Amino acid sequence: MSTTKTIYGIYADDDDLMSGVKLLMDKGININEVYTPFPVHGLDKALKLRKTRISDAAFIYAVYGVTIGALTTWYMMNHDWPQNIGGKPAFQWGHNMPAFVVPMFELMVFCAAHMMSLTFLIRNKMYPGAPAQNPDPRTTDDKFMMEFKPSNDEEINQIKQILIDTGVEEITIKDA
Amino acid sequence: MSHYEAPIREPLIIGHKTYHDITEDIARPIEERAGKLWWISLYVALALFIYGFGCIAYTIGTGIGAWGLNRTINWGWDITNFVWWVGIGHAGTLISAVLLLFRQRWRMSVNRSAEAMTIFAVVQAAIFPVIHMGRVWVGYWVFPLPNQFGSLWTNFNSPLLWDVFAISTYFSVSTVFWFMGLIPDFAMIRDRAKTPWTRKIYTFLAFGWGGKAKHWQRFEELSLVLAGLATPLVFSVHTTVSFDFATSVIKGWHSTIYPPYFVAGAIFSGFAMVQTLLLVARKVCDLEDYITMYHIEIMNIVIVVTGGMVTVAYACEYFIAWYSGSRFEDFAYLTHGAATGPYWWAFYALIFCNLVFPALFWFKKIRTNIIATFILALIINIGMWFERFDIIVINLSRDYLPGSWTMFKPTIIDVGVYLGTIGFFSVLFLLYARTFPVIAQAELKSILKISGETYKAKEGDEHH
Repeated sequence: MSTTKTIYGIYADDDDLMSGVKLLMDKGININEVYTPFPVHGLDKALKLRKTRISDAAFIYAVYGVTIGALTTWYMMNHDWPQNIGGKPAFQWGHNMPAFVVPMFELMVFCAAHMMSLTFLIRNKMYPGAPAQNPDPRTTDDKFMMEFKPSNDEEINQIKQILIDTGVEEITIKDA
Repeated sequence: MSHYEAPIREPLIIGHKTYHDITEDIARPIEERAGKLWWISLYVALALFIYGFGCIAYTIGTGIGAWGLNRTINWGWDITNFVWWVGIGHAGTLISAVLLLFRQRWRMSVNRSAEAMTIFAVVQAAIFPVIHMGRVWVGYWVFPLPNQFGSLWTNFNSPLLWDVFAISTYFSVSTVFWFMGLIPDFAMIRDRAKTPWTRKIYTFLAFGWGGKAKHWQRFEELSLVLAGLATPLVFSVHTTVSFDFATSVIKGWHSTIYPPYFVAGAIFSGFAMVQTLLLVARKVCDLEDYITMYHIEIMNIVIVVTGGMVTVAYACEYFIAWYSGSRFEDFAYLTHGAATGPYWWAFYALIFCNLVFPALFWFKKIRTNIIATFILALIINIGMWFERFDIIVINLSRDYLPGSWTMFKPTIIDVGVYLGTIGFFSVLFLLYARTFPVIAQAELKSILKISGETYKAKEGDEHH
């Protein structure tokens, strides 16, 4: 029989949680979400999560920052209002560029760091004052929680049994 | 085996803590009422802050003639204080970024407060160049903005402009790095908040964080990449500050050794300030189990190493003054040198505070003594202030024309502005210590089974 129930399994220890995750994944049971108070080593691999592409995005932002730096320095120093400042070569960007390394570098870091952080917040659907995404407040303290959306009653029993076998502390079943 | 660390390494968390104990210990200073000592410190800091800002208002109203500057010495306490504060601001990002890349777990107990110190110190630093401009209302001219001069742009060849970019980027990137790390800890405070207001405030700050597996994966990647970006940033900032001097044609300043020498000096002074603040914070906030003697000792070792680099840099300056045969170098260091001129006292203050006293940290007994560490850290803070004073004022005081030789006398306004920034810094740090989780508890929990005392003892037994 199909169901719309949600199962929450709460563990008191991260090692127990990991053995539970591994066993459930081996049995092909879909874990909807895992909430932990700290980054548990190896959890992302055990859950077979795809590698995050946030660092690839940071590289693109860094290239964008350097490009903005190069264009700004070229436009302001060599194109719009070129000046002879202390005899330094100011009429060709290529000649003048060594003096622009610092601002270009700073713009690279600035764009990469800020835009990457914004990407992180947007991808996680996080914003100031957003409601807490963890269903149980204890998961930011010392509890580790797995969340399941089982498709039928048989799966509910199977999940419950594995959770109990791997040392779960508390099981809650809610009607969605 | 993911929880394994050689038992010979000292535990980083002492006392037999559980995950919940860590939550309780870090949340306690925020949830409990402040003690008398905190209130007294806050009032003293506020008094200094108000006096200092009165002096700043006076300076803006009357012009920088209110300071002790003159035609020969046109940079005095202002730029001394600027470089001093920026230098102090170096330890935070170094601890959080460089030590993260090197996987140094001991940083987890100290990085949050060190980063807070960085941000607050950079705020103080920024005040000085801004008020030194005199007409602060046109301060925005330092940025390359279109303007009424159709557009006359800023000069990108100038190290002073590089400094604008370096300091502002350092400030904003450090703040972002700090805040991103704070989000899971704000969520912890939110989830145990007892009053509606506390819940509202920390809900706002926690951005809805829930500790989902995917979010932690992204969080760790974000921290790593931000650390990778912040590491060259740390080195670039004080390098750029040193360019303000090194690319000039002032004797004693025009020196290629300045960038590495400034960076080492900055880390040296930054760690000294971290020690000064954390030795107090660990006592007041009851965090001795997390900021242990091992943490204090290892930071003292960093102080000895960077102090050694500074010593070598001083020696190089004297050697090159002799070896180069340059008349200007000879003048600045040897014949009319800092040690024998009218500022000999400032020179010896620097030598004793930065070279002689910190060398006491070579002795294990001293670097594991809290009182000695506190006193020596204060001495280093004073010594590093004198270093910047000596570089700026001694070199400028003996101009190219003997007729222009003069001395610098700080006015009461100079002193007031400086004390004001110390007050402002202390106000910010005291407020932070009562409202923010002062230790990165989420990160710390991740090493409890690796470096906690209980688990260490277990592993030690298993391996024997």
